[in-house]
Amino acid sequence: METIAVLRRSDSRMKIVRTEQLVYEYQKYDDQGNPSEVTRAIDGVDLQVEQGQFIAVLGHNGSGKSTLAKHLNALLLPSGGTVWVEGKDTALDENLWDVRQTAGMVFQNPDNQIIANVVEEDVGFGPENMGVPTEEIWKRVDDSLKAVGMTAYRYHSPNKLSGGQKQRVAIAGVMAMKPKCIVLDEPTAMLDPNGRGEVIRTVRRLQKEEGITVILITHYMEEVTEADRVFVMDEGKIVMQGTPRQIFARVRELKHYRLDVPQVTELAYELQQAGVKLPDGILETEELVRELCRLR
Amino acid sequence: MPITLKHVNYVYGQDTTTPVHALEDVNLEIRDGEFIGLMGHTGSGKSTLIQHLNGLIRPTSGEILYNGENIYGEGYSLKELRSKVGLVFQYPEHQLFETDVFSDVCFGPKNLKLPKEEVEKRAAEALEMVGLDESYYKLSPFELSGGQKRRVAIAGVLAMQPQVLILDEPTAGLDPVGRDEILGQVRRLHEEKGFTIILVSHSMEDLAVYARRLIVMSKGRVKFDGSPREVFAHFRELEEIGLAAPQVTYIVHALREAGFPIETDLITVREAKEAILKILKDV
Repeated sequence: METIAVLRRSDSRMKIVRTEQLVYEYQKYDDQGNPSEVTRAIDGVDLQVEQGQFIAVLGHNGSGKSTLAKHLNALLLPSGGTVWVEGKDTALDENLWDVRQTAGMVFQNPDNQIIANVVEEDVGFGPENMGVPTEEIWKRVDDSLKAVGMTAYRYHSPNKLSGGQKQRVAIAGVMAMKPKCIVLDEPTAMLDPNGRGEVIRTVRRLQKEEGITVILITHYMEEVTEADRVFVMDEGKIVMQGTPRQIFARVRELKHYRLDVPQVTELAYELQQAGVKLPDGILETEELVRELCRLR
Repeated sequence: MPITLKHVNYVYGQDTTTPVHALEDVNLEIRDGEFIGLMGHTGSGKSTLIQHLNGLIRPTSGEILYNGENIYGEGYSLKELRSKVGLVFQYPEHQLFETDVFSDVCFGPKNLKLPKEEVEKRAAEALEMVGLDESYYKLSPFELSGGQKRRVAIAGVLAMQPQVLILDEPTAGLDPVGRDEILGQVRRLHEEKGFTIILVSHSMEDLAVYARRLIVMSKGRVKFDGSPREVFAHFRELEEIGLAAPQVTYIVHALREAGFPIETDLITVREAKEAILKILKDV
C-alpha cells in the first residue's frame, strides 16, 4: 500500500496541476435561512496539465469553469476528490502558501484586483507580502513590467489605464510572485477587442518565452485556437477534450454546449454541410482559402 | 420621433490644464424605426454620445432636437424625454435592487406617479416583451442567470414606454447563447414593436447581422456613417482606429486575392456561404 501511495505522489508531481474525481458542492438556503437543496457545481473532474502548456477551458456561463479555476489555487477546496498543484494537495493547510505561489490567479474585472495608487507599487505588493528582500522586489517589478510590456507606465496611476492595460498590470502582479502557472478566469470578458488582443498576446508570450503554464478560462473561441489542449465544461463535467482542431471539428456538439466557433470554422462547417469536401476543424483563414482554391 | 444633433461639442475638464474634447462637431439624424449600430474604440466618445441623446450630459455647444424641439429649450421636460429615450447601461443587472423581478420592473413607472394598475400593466407588458412570463415575477434577481437578469433590467427601461431604446454593450460578459437571446429580443422589439434601436457593440460580427446602419466614432468625431456593407468596406481604415471588419470579410478578401472570383462586400457567414456555393457550382 505504501509503495502505491508513494508512486501516486511522484506521478502527480510530474504534472503542474492534476485533479482526480474533483467534486464541489454548495448548500443553498431558502427564504427562512434553512438549508434547502445542495448544488453540485463540479462533478467528478479529472484534469492533468503538463508544465509549460497552454490550456484552455471553455464553457458557457454557469458550466462550472470558474469554480474549477478557483480550486487551482485553493480559493475553494474540494468537497470530494483531490487537487494537486505541483504535487501538493491543496486541501492541506500547510501547502496553502506553496500552492498560491505556484499557481497565480487573474480575474475577470480589471477594476477589482488593483490595490495600489502607482503601477509599480501594485506589482510589488505580492512579493512584499511574501517577505522578499527589497532589492529583489524591485528586480521582480522591473522584470514583470517588462514581461507584460508596461514598463513605460510604471509611475502611472492604475485608474488612468485602459482595461487591457489594467489586466496586464494584474498579470505583472502575479508574475512578480514567480509562479509556475497562471490561471486566468475570463480575463478578457470586460475588455474591448484591442484590450482582448493585448492580454492574449501577453499571456502567449509568457507561456512561450518564460515557460509559464497558462490555464485560460474563457468563452471566446478565437482565443483558444493556439492552445495545446482544450477542455469543454458543461454542468460541472468535462464533456470534450482535445486539440483545438479536434474540438472545433465538432461544431454541432459545441453549439449544444452553448458555445460558438470562430467564423472561419463556422463557414467551413456550413459549406461541408452543403456538400463541399473540406477537412474537419478548419481554424485559419489561409487554410480555408487553400482548400477552396483547390476545389475550383 | 427623430433625434437630431447639430454641431454638438462636448469638452470636459475645461478649467484644468488638460481639457478633453470628447465630442467634436457631431451632426446626426436618427430617424424613426432605425436599427443603428454604434461602434468605436474605448475612449472614442460613443458613451458620451449616447448620454447626450437623453439629456444626461449637456453639450458644451450645439443643439439636440427631439422631434424637432430643442431639448434644452425653455420649459422642455427632460424628465419626459428620458422616458421616451430609454438608456440601458453596461452591466444593467448591477442596478437591480428590488427583492423580486416584478417589483424591480415596477420601480420606473411607479416613479412616474402612475396609478397602481397602470404600473403593473406596464411591468407585465415589459416583462412579456423580454420573454419572461409570470413564473419569473416572484423570483429574486439572484435566482436568475446572467442573461435573464439583463433582460429584467431591460424590461425596467421598457416599462417607461420609450420610443427609442439605447443599449450600451448589452451582451458584454454573456456566453454565446445569452448573447443570441438578448440580441434576438432586441431585434423583435425593433421588428414587432417598432422601437428605434441604438446598439453599442464591440462585436463586428453581431453588428453585421443585426444593424441596418452603422455609426463609427473615432476621437470624438463621426468617422463613418452608412450601411454595414459600406462601413465594413473601409476595413483598413477601421483597423487604424482600433476596430475591424467581421472575420468573414477578411476571409472573402483572402479568397479574392488567391484568385477565387468572389465579391468582397460580404459581411455575414450566410452571405459568404451562398456566394461560395454558387461559385463552386458554376465551375
